[in-house]
Amino acid sequence: MIPPGYFFILSVVLFSLGIIAFFLKRDLITQFMAIEIMLNAANLAFLALAGSSNFLDAQVIVFFIITVAAAEAAIGLAIVLLIFRKKKTIKTETLNSMKG
Amino acid sequence: MAILLFFLFAALAVGSVLGMIISRNQAYSALFLVLAFACLGGLYGLLGAPFMAVVQIIIYAGAIMVLFIFVIMMINLGEGISPEKKKWTIAAAVFMGLILLAEIVFAIKGAPAVPMIGQEMAGTSPIEIGRLLFTKYLYPFEITSILIIAALVGAVVLVKKRDGE
Repeated sequence: MIPPGYFFILSVVLFSLGIIAFFLKRDLITQFMAIEIMLNAANLAFLALAGSSNFLDAQVIVFFIITVAAAEAAIGLAIVLLIFRKKKTIKTETLNSMKG
Repeated sequence: MAILLFFLFAALAVGSVLGMIISRNQAYSALFLVLAFACLGGLYGLLGAPFMAVVQIIIYAGAIMVLFIFVIMMINLGEGISPEKKKWTIAAAVFMGLILLAEIVFAIKGAPAVPMIGQEMAGTSPIEIGRLLFTKYLYPFEITSILIIAALVGAVVLVKKRDGE
């Protein structure tokens, strides 16, 4: 059987890689992908804990998290598209004004 | 057997996330991410959550990443944006990531030991999840459907081209 610790280590590594990707990348879409990686790492840790305590409700909660992530991705990508139409770029360093 | 599968999926997931960081092309990044999410789906299966494994693959590796790829195609940056060039930002990003890693590892070490994953939870059937979803979690479930509709309408309204643009 797999010790839950292994899953935690993997989840921590994935989360840190997500953070590193977020800071290394310079366009909105890939940074958004980095956020999705972090979200998934958190889900993995949640399910690992739930698996070791045999807590069935956790799966329902992770199901809700995934659904909300889908809604969030739809809105986020719409906003990215809107920014691209207005500014003709999605490089984060050129997006430095607060007002449209 | 399970432990071998775990290491296979874990190595693939970490490797594809690294590939996503390294590749310059956004479309390749998205495809690497599809692989990573599929591997996570496999890990959920190993955790005795086959329903979540399928949901992960259908919704994350399927629907959400298709959305990403659509937007990448619409934006069409050609060869993409090169990763960060300034040396100190790379160093700062890696440094912060490693500090966070160390922090969480220490936190996990201090936590009480978690029992081994037992044989008995290998395979919780989708029937029980469905029952939970429609009894104990009925209201959250319905509210989620409203949230999805709101997100859909919001996305359409945001992206819609207005007259005179």
